[in-house]
Amino acid sequence: MRIKWVECAALSVMAALSVMTGGGSWFLALALGVTLLKCLLIPTYHSTDFEVHRNWLAITHSLPISQWYYEATSEWTLDYPPFFAWFEYALSHVAKYFDQEMLNVHNLNYSSSRTLLFQRFSVIFTDALFVYAVHECCKCVDGKKACKELTEKPKFILSVLLLWNFGLLIVDHIHFQYNGFLFGLMLLSIARLFQKRHMEGAFLFAVLLHFKHIYLYVAPAYGIYLLRSYCFTANKPDGSIRWNSFSFVRLISLGLTVFLVSALSLGPFLALNQLPQVFSRLFPFKRGLCHAYWAPNFWAVYNALDKVLSVIGLQLKLLDPKKIPKASMTSGLVQQFQHTVLPSVTPLVTLICTLIAILPSIFCLWFKPQGPRGFLRCLILCALSSFMFGWHVHEKAILLAILPMSLLSVGKAGDASIFLILSTTGHYSLFPLLFTAPGKKNLFLIGWKLSTSLAWALWKSSVNLYSLSPPGS
Amino acid sequence: MEKWYLMTAVVLLGLTVRWTVSLNSYSGAGKPPMFGDYEAQRHWQEITFNLPIKQWYFNSSDNNLQYWGLDYPPLTAYHSLLCAYVAQFINPDWIALHSSRGYESQAHKLFMRATVLIADLLIYIPAVVLHCCCLKEISTKKKIANALCILLYPGLILIDYGHFQIMYNSVSLGLALWGVLGVSCDWDLLGSLAFCLAVNYKQMELYHSLPFFCFLLGKCFKKGLKGKGFVLFVKLAGTVVASFTLCWLPFFTERAQALQVLRRLFPVDRGLFEDKVANIWCSVSVFLKIKDILPHHVQIIVSFCLTLLSLLPACVKLTLQPSPKGFRFTLVSCALSFFLFSFQVHEKSILLVSLPVCLVLSEIPFMSTWFLLVSTFSMLPLLLKDDLLMPSVVTTMAFFIACATSFSIFEKTSEEELRLKSFSVSVRKHLPRFTFLPRIIQHLFIISVITMVLLTLMTVTLDPPQKLPDLFSVLISTELTSANPPLLLRKTGPELTSVPIFLYFICGTPTTAWCAKRCHVRTQDSNWQTPGRQSRTYT
Repeated sequence: MRIKWVECAALSVMAALSVMTGGGSWFLALALGVTLLKCLLIPTYHSTDFEVHRNWLAITHSLPISQWYYEATSEWTLDYPPFFAWFEYALSHVAKYFDQEMLNVHNLNYSSSRTLLFQRFSVIFTDALFVYAVHECCKCVDGKKACKELTEKPKFILSVLLLWNFGLLIVDHIHFQYNGFLFGLMLLSIARLFQKRHMEGAFLFAVLLHFKHIYLYVAPAYGIYLLRSYCFTANKPDGSIRWNSFSFVRLISLGLTVFLVSALSLGPFLALNQLPQVFSRLFPFKRGLCHAYWAPNFWAVYNALDKVLSVIGLQLKLLDPKKIPKASMTSGLVQQFQHTVLPSVTPLVTLICTLIAILPSIFCLWFKPQGPRGFLRCLILCALSSFMFGWHVHEKAILLAILPMSLLSVGKAGDASIFLILSTTGHYSLFPLLFTAPGKKNLFLIGWKLSTSLAWALWKSSVNLYSLSPPGS
Repeated sequence: MEKWYLMTAVVLLGLTVRWTVSLNSYSGAGKPPMFGDYEAQRHWQEITFNLPIKQWYFNSSDNNLQYWGLDYPPLTAYHSLLCAYVAQFINPDWIALHSSRGYESQAHKLFMRATVLIADLLIYIPAVVLHCCCLKEISTKKKIANALCILLYPGLILIDYGHFQIMYNSVSLGLALWGVLGVSCDWDLLGSLAFCLAVNYKQMELYHSLPFFCFLLGKCFKKGLKGKGFVLFVKLAGTVVASFTLCWLPFFTERAQALQVLRRLFPVDRGLFEDKVANIWCSVSVFLKIKDILPHHVQIIVSFCLTLLSLLPACVKLTLQPSPKGFRFTLVSCALSFFLFSFQVHEKSILLVSLPVCLVLSEIPFMSTWFLLVSTFSMLPLLLKDDLLMPSVVTTMAFFIACATSFSIFEKTSEEELRLKSFSVSVRKHLPRFTFLPRIIQHLFIISVITMVLLTLMTVTLDPPQKLPDLFSVLISTELTSANPPLLLRKTGPELTSVPIFLYFICGTPTTAWCAKRCHVRTQDSNWQTPGRQSRTYT
């Protein structure tokens, strides 16, 4: 009975909101519409990430802090920064009203219907932050051209692209993760930077880093931008740096913000002398160059090339079969690997490649700052470079590039066409996440076609809209 | 049309919603020995594939008519046969004679759901898209919004994809819609062919047959009975006869065959009503046990007379002044009359009323939305039996949001927009102060929505008191009644078995009244002023 009360309560809230949309607010209609779609996706396939989060609920609820990063009953150990662990702890206090059993650490693979309902609803509920962030981003988008047609307004297009982002729906509401509110935090910090509220933006990003450290991919963009455009308060007339406008106060305040956030997050573990353990959990370099399902990045091509060359080598009797290592890249397992023909790749090599790839955009951001838009471009390039050359990259990381790119795509036609290609291929690469249940494949195909046609539709409108505008900033 | 990509997005959204609803359970899942409608559909594939045509409708050792015997016209049987061929190709175990009874597996569920989706995609959805594109005097954006609302109508989605109704409703409704389109755009022969196919797919489409007949007859009269009109009449008659003959050809070899099929299609032995349906007979049976008072054949005659009386005004008007707009309203009125007064009406038959209401959505958005919401809600007891609470509430809300934002229904409730102007003007002749009709209607709408929500909550969370086990189903049918629920409770006693009340009576009578009034308003149709010039536009 309790489930039904919760269901009814949630649905009543939405019903009330839907009555309010009778007033004609399109943003609320879009947000509610996608929330309803998420409710329909509740009975779909969920991956092992579901068990991962259940396990973390159990760990944070039943064990003291000192045990959180040491607990290893389940294979899915806690490998996110402390803020996320606190978030799971807060959720667990709600979870106990749904099903006490899910909070038992030893109940591996426990997935009663109540557990499922709770977890799914928690993702849907925390997406409220994402909706708020999209609302803020819409304010930053130019609405200069007087468009009477709703579907050609940049704000509308952006809302659709972000709220109905198909990759996020797949990863969060089918595959099961909590990316919604994390991307909400990121978009909110970007929006704050656009609104010249730099301190808030920095604070939000620092918080975000301590929720999920994958956002380190884009930290250089933040660092350089804040240093260049916030700490140096003025530029010379030709746009280059004016060294004497450096403001120590601002630098100190930024540093203090980051330091305080980190202290709040890592402080308890520093006191317990557990920092090395925490870091080893957060950065598991033993995992291998590629994830079990290869993310479509440079190393995937590298591995494929290595494989091809080794096969050719064997055929042409240039290689000795006995010297080839047994472990195969494509076995679907996560482990260390040695390449046969091409030189092996170490984490340091990937770091260097990433840095080289990031360097041009960083230089541009430093020497020729173009305001928030330039920062956004640099952020996207950092995300893409890290995706291309990073160590043990998940294919979900492409979302890190796609979502900010949506913000750019409503600005210029050229960006919109790049966005179309990026989102189509990026979302297509998320296919393997739904590798089981055949019914879901059809759903995925339909949904993918939907999002592609949406993106195409909006690109077409934006092309019409912006064909006359000069290439702006 | 321009903005085809938006229409594509709308269609894809409709498909996404349909597929996500289909991920839920279906009727009779895991409930031996009879299972449910899903098993019936699988069984028909088994029968049509393994047995010769002569045995499809007859009781035999291989074909036990008590276990989901075929009781729909031949076109359904042919469709099942087609699906059976595909099933045979994929996995013969699904349709093996006798041994596949009660077969349930993930792969089979996927196959069945896929057949519904494909049928929908090929027949119903193109008809809806074409209908919206042909609407005149509204902007492209409104056309697309219209398509979105129709495709999101929850009733059809939940019955076809959730509950998995015994027949592919989207096929018969889609064919009927093609018929409506053809006849409205002056492709009379094709339209009547499509409608004949619809009737041959599901005999309940006969609910829509009278308006078709009257409209086409009216067109023949307009063209002059001695000239082109007569030619048209003969051509139409020929088309109808030919299509029926084609479908029934295998059954015309023996008289017994045809009679047996008819007996299966129209089970007049069953009685005036069954279960809890929100029509007149069940309502009246609260106070007056008609089933016990009147003998069987009298019941049939009474229901026939009442049905005929209620739909006569609209049909006569349509014959005398045929127009596409009048045609659509007459479809609503006739289907509703049949639903309220006819024999052996099923809950799902409300879909036959909902389709024409969807067609007039752009003209009276407020009332149509209200009706469609209530029609979905009335199927709630049926859907709750299959654990479809979440999808039904979600799709209903989505539909409401779509309609509210597309048509701004709360702003358009003046007398003119509700099409009740002539009605209120005539009332004002006697009661000069009668100016508050729109406000009454708005209040009624809000009350009905609140009642629907409350009843849903109560049905789901509370257990009904022991004396009144069907209390909540009763109340669901009651939700618009002006009679107080407490009064109803006092009247009903422990023997309460089925008491659906005036839901559609309250909703339906004003509808019938205004449709009749609507048809009386002169429909000045410029297309009809020059006989011989066939204009292919839609008014």
